[in-house]
Amino acid sequence: MDENEIIERRACISGVGQSDIGRRLFRDPLELTLDGCLAAIEHAGLTTADIDGISTYPGPMGTPAGFSGAGAYDVMDALRLQCGWYGSGLETSGQLGSVINACLAVASGLANHVLCFRSVYEGSAQGEKGRAAVMPGGGGGGGGGFKASGFMEWNLPFAAPSAAIWIGMFAQRHFHNYGTTREQLAWIALNARRNAELNPKAIYRDPMSFDDYMAARMISSPFCLYDCDVPCDGATAVIVSRRDRAKDMKNRPLRVEAVGSRIDGRPSWDQFDDLSAMANRGAGKQLWERTEFKPADVQMAQLYDGFSFLTMSWLEALGLCGVGESGPFIDGGTRIARDGQLPLNTHGGQLSAGRLHGYGFLHEGATQMWGEAGDRQITTPPEVGVIGAGGGNTCGALLLVRE
Amino acid sequence: MPDVEEAAPPFRILPKLTDWNRDFWTGGARGELRFWRCQDCSFYIHPPQPICPTCLSKNMKTESVSGRATLATFSVNHQPWMPGPELPYIVAIIEIVEQPSVRLTTNLVNCAPHAARIEMPVRVTFERHADPDGDIYIPLFEPASGPGE
Repeated sequence: MDENEIIERRACISGVGQSDIGRRLFRDPLELTLDGCLAAIEHAGLTTADIDGISTYPGPMGTPAGFSGAGAYDVMDALRLQCGWYGSGLETSGQLGSVINACLAVASGLANHVLCFRSVYEGSAQGEKGRAAVMPGGGGGGGGGFKASGFMEWNLPFAAPSAAIWIGMFAQRHFHNYGTTREQLAWIALNARRNAELNPKAIYRDPMSFDDYMAARMISSPFCLYDCDVPCDGATAVIVSRRDRAKDMKNRPLRVEAVGSRIDGRPSWDQFDDLSAMANRGAGKQLWERTEFKPADVQMAQLYDGFSFLTMSWLEALGLCGVGESGPFIDGGTRIARDGQLPLNTHGGQLSAGRLHGYGFLHEGATQMWGEAGDRQITTPPEVGVIGAGGGNTCGALLLVRE
Repeated sequence: MPDVEEAAPPFRILPKLTDWNRDFWTGGARGELRFWRCQDCSFYIHPPQPICPTCLSKNMKTESVSGRATLATFSVNHQPWMPGPELPYIVAIIEIVEQPSVRLTTNLVNCAPHAARIEMPVRVTFERHADPDGDIYIPLFEPASGPGE
């Protein structure tokens, strides 16, 4: 092996799929997961017999309820997959860490076609009580002797159980350092909604005005309701294939030109050295160190918006705008529109299309690059696109190039 | 010495005490905010871990700090995530003056939401919670200039 080889380029995205998506479907989570997986296998022109690897984020997890619809073993067994490589885990470079792992598996020859998936049923699990129903120690109405330990020891005693608060604090620091405003932040949510209007699978499709945004109730400053993604049910899957075997496959391969998996600070939310940046800082730098492409070559960005500020953070981490300049960059929403200089979150993001947790961005990016996005299709399907997912201490990115 | 708040405290989820965190969560009984500190290189270590991350020494003990800190950032929370706290309340990250790389997520108290300012000086104040495993003193922070409006 050439020691200078960028080994992820041996991998490509060859198919994507999705189950039904809904606010609360009350369907069996494994069934939804399998629907998404089978859709991706079919889209790639493969059968279950071709799949010899499986990768998922985060793997089986009972709490918080709805966070994981199925583990790798569940899907492997349900479809009787024979795998040369398999894995799952929460401690990786964000949700896309599972896709990066799959790229390395096919690059090393351990597998030819890896089924990657992310499945959630947070909408159904939370029910009418909303997110409070699944908070650790919360929702039970009095503690019941529950004591905080581990990671939660340092935030639950301060009534700070939610990433809305943690990321709100990052956003507040960004506002302080760079003069960013809620009026600018609004454009992440407004851009998402106008794209979701054209996405038949999006959860929220009614038009949203700037005034609607500014009048929404506050959740945790500077975030209002529309800065927070919408929990939902659904499964998304992608197929990562060996690129040297992909020439005759159904879809034109989307080469994994470079990945970003680095974390260059403490793997912590509140102890990270720069409270206006996150682990995506390292992932973004590493990605550009592994390719001759430049940020100016990117024709489309699909960037995680579990909370609106995360998308701004990703724009800066990936060098798509300067550090501290994401506010002016998105202001007015023209530059990031579908027909703008950098189409962004063209399916509506998690803010409007549903919290499919990272994989929704990869699904949308690939769909746009294949020209299969229907009413919301970017006029000229992008040849070069970047996907970034995660926040805080868990972030990963992919640069994709259509062959 | 920092005050201990004696009013009936609101419901809080309390930490599970261990030998590693006991001094941190109970030091308020003596008005002390305590952290592990490397006795070889003087580095303050938080959260607790069994080795100094700077010099890899295991020669550590807990020491009290001044309780003075800087407000690194905050968020005014309006959402009822859990029963107990009166809304809105301020969640903050503070940096201790002795070593700003030591941060705590905490609550900014005795301060109106509109009066919170990043980089303002703050000081510790403790909220006592009776607990069968030993009373716990939650370290909260208030403006160093004294309680605001």
